[in-house]
Amino acid sequence: MSTPASPLRIVLKAALLFVLVNLLFAAFDPMPALGKLSLYNGLLPGRERLPYGDDPGRAYNLSLYSLKAMFASHQLHGTPKAANEYRVLLIGDSSVWGYLLENKDTLTSALNAAGLQAADGRRAVFYNLGHPTISLSKDLLILDYAMHYQPDLVIWPLTLEAFPLSKQVSSPLLQHNPQRAGALILNYDLPLDPADSAFVRQDAWGASLLGQRRNLADLLRLQLYGVLWAATGVDVHIPEQVERHAIDLEADERYGEFLPPELPETALALDVLAAGIQRAGETPVLLINEPMFVSRGANSDIRYNSFYPRWAYDQYRQWLQAEAERQAWHYADLWQAVDNDQFTNTPIHLTPAGTQQLAQQIATALAELFDLEKK
Amino acid sequence: MTLTQILIFAGLGLLAGRLYRWLDRAWLLFAASVLAAFWLQPASFVRNLPYLLPLASLGLAALVWALTLPRRWNRQDAWAAGGLTALVLLVSASRFVEPLSALSPARPPGLELAAGGLALLAAAAVLAYRLGRGQAAWLNSGVLLLIGLLVALKSPPLAQATSAWLRGLGGQDPALASTLDLGWLGFSYIAFRLIHVLRDRLAGRLGEVGLRDFITYIVFFPALTAGPIERVERFVPQLQPGFVLDSAGLLAAGRRLLSGLVMKFVLADGLAFFALNPVNAWQVSQPLWMWLLLSAYALRIFFDFAGYTSIAIGLGQLFGVTLPENFTQPYRKPNLTQFWNSWHITLAQWFRAYFFNPFTRWLRGRGAPVWLVVLLGQLSTMGLIGLWHGITWNFLAWGLWHGLGLFAHNQWAQFAKARPLPLEPRLASGLGWLATLVFVALGWVWFALPQPADAAHVFGVLAGVGR
Repeated sequence: MSTPASPLRIVLKAALLFVLVNLLFAAFDPMPALGKLSLYNGLLPGRERLPYGDDPGRAYNLSLYSLKAMFASHQLHGTPKAANEYRVLLIGDSSVWGYLLENKDTLTSALNAAGLQAADGRRAVFYNLGHPTISLSKDLLILDYAMHYQPDLVIWPLTLEAFPLSKQVSSPLLQHNPQRAGALILNYDLPLDPADSAFVRQDAWGASLLGQRRNLADLLRLQLYGVLWAATGVDVHIPEQVERHAIDLEADERYGEFLPPELPETALALDVLAAGIQRAGETPVLLINEPMFVSRGANSDIRYNSFYPRWAYDQYRQWLQAEAERQAWHYADLWQAVDNDQFTNTPIHLTPAGTQQLAQQIATALAELFDLEKK
Repeated sequence: MTLTQILIFAGLGLLAGRLYRWLDRAWLLFAASVLAAFWLQPASFVRNLPYLLPLASLGLAALVWALTLPRRWNRQDAWAAGGLTALVLLVSASRFVEPLSALSPARPPGLELAAGGLALLAAAAVLAYRLGRGQAAWLNSGVLLLIGLLVALKSPPLAQATSAWLRGLGGQDPALASTLDLGWLGFSYIAFRLIHVLRDRLAGRLGEVGLRDFITYIVFFPALTAGPIERVERFVPQLQPGFVLDSAGLLAAGRRLLSGLVMKFVLADGLAFFALNPVNAWQVSQPLWMWLLLSAYALRIFFDFAGYTSIAIGLGQLFGVTLPENFTQPYRKPNLTQFWNSWHITLAQWFRAYFFNPFTRWLRGRGAPVWLVVLLGQLSTMGLIGLWHGITWNFLAWGLWHGLGLFAHNQWAQFAKARPLPLEPRLASGLGWLATLVFVALGWVWFALPQPADAAHVFGVLAGVGR
């Protein structure tokens, strides 16, 4: 004879099992290990740039916070360094990543197409490790991780927007990697607070299976989007219509929280830049002041573009030049290396042709500074 | 149905066992199904439509019930009519009570509109009961009305025009009309259940069903979203008292529910990331990748649909209702005929009973040769099955593709019966399976891509002659 089921017992058992699974998940914290599991560089080809996607469904790409997963999906991770390879890593912001550019049109692709060769005959191979948020600290975080891949040279394009201390922890990637960020702050004595409330700390709830569901879903989605990335080569969605950057500007002299005439040096994260160079150790770092659009429209006597007032940018250039000379850094100021009509939606995002122009200038600098010549 | 809605229904199923002591199961399912018709209805930009469409579903059900009732209405029917009215007004009144307003996806209309709509539907039902009950002309008119509604909903130009008209009625801008405005939850299934009842009444096969059980049958919440299309004479007896959810029943329902959830929310939703669609169709140029995308689509559509069916069956079991199977491992079948005996079974059976059999009988009666009867029967039936999914050329092409395939298999089976091939049965079966799988997969190209140019491009790439 059948017995009626007891809903109460079922619900209690289910709740108990649910709590147990969550506790076990939090206790063993499998997320770092799961981040390393990847179909890329095995079943699927590695990505040519770090995962990032404003429109995942159309870009077959998405933004996530696990550095392990991001690097595991990158072709750099699946490419053992060959004896004849001169490995060059590019870090930086969206202009390095190639915002609104297909892979074939990025700065990295243009440099690879240049076919450069080191003096000892090794072939220069460039890897795109840019990531579309502007912050020196975020660049340092990526550089710190990327040093495991034995670069021979690091190229680090910069712009003033990456320097203000107030913007250093605004990158979500940095915020969601508080332990790594905290270790960098302490190791290099950076003028940042490892206890900054912007860092996303993980409590017991956050470490549970339920708390990690979003991160788990992101790991899974990264693998699933990999199929269409492999099938199509698409990893960015470029809208048919892109709104151009402003040419006529506001008569606004402010730069963020700063007013003319002085851009306080202490408010800029030069220490983070120095930490990056220190982290690279024996590996040389080429710092590049990125090209930017210079307006000739309304109020262009006050501002260069929508990002920068003239007074602030001029001071930044002077400081960076002076600091590079003082510290004997490898530095190329390429702020006007690209024609004014080769910028897209912001004063620093380039067209494919603009990217080619920049690549030629960088190739010239590489030849002068590191004996990397065209074969 | 969302995951949350499914879990709430499952929770209700667990609790319902305790409620049966005080509340009759049939009444509970009636009330739950009526409320769920409003709750599950998707939102719409057309004013009041999320309320009016479920109301129309219930009204049509009441109307068909009144037309097909073989006896006079009784006290229980009166209670059911009263209950239905109260529930419909309750949903309308929920606009004043914040937690209850979740019963409808958008703020329900005021009581005056709800009462007006109810009065109109009640008048139609009473008129049908008094003047047309059991009469062939009225029953046939009911069938035509339902087919007309289906055509209006599934034909993009008509749906657009209907949306514009509804927007105009509500004082909204008709220029903003979209075919997406008319997301009438489960109407394809509701209409086919109602036509089945009307046709069976015409044929004198319909038994006696009270209003309460009839409404529950038409909008039974587990099967409202994606079927299956149950037969009324099989469904209604299951509402009789005496059901107890025992441990074995709970285990069976839980397994079914879990397998459905995995199929729908893990496998189908996972495959959707790289299944063929009109955008990626043009981004892929390598045949192997295109075959992979097409395979992902084929698996996705199966897991999506079979997953929902499994969820419906599992939920039904929790409430003591065993719904029919709709998918029985269709991709493992050795020929197309068997595939269609195991893919969307209840829809195929519906068309067999109400179109294929009468139509082929009619053709035979006019002396048509057998091969022509089979060809016309398969082409027209499968063409209509295609159009049931949407009145667009690609669904028609998909249906005709399968109609031709079924005809070809029929002819091949006749040929092979007379001249058996010198092949190992297992090898022959394996070859048949492979051919069927490839044929069905290629058919999904029509189904997945609305534009002929898209389909032509994909066929080209699959064959290695495309871009």
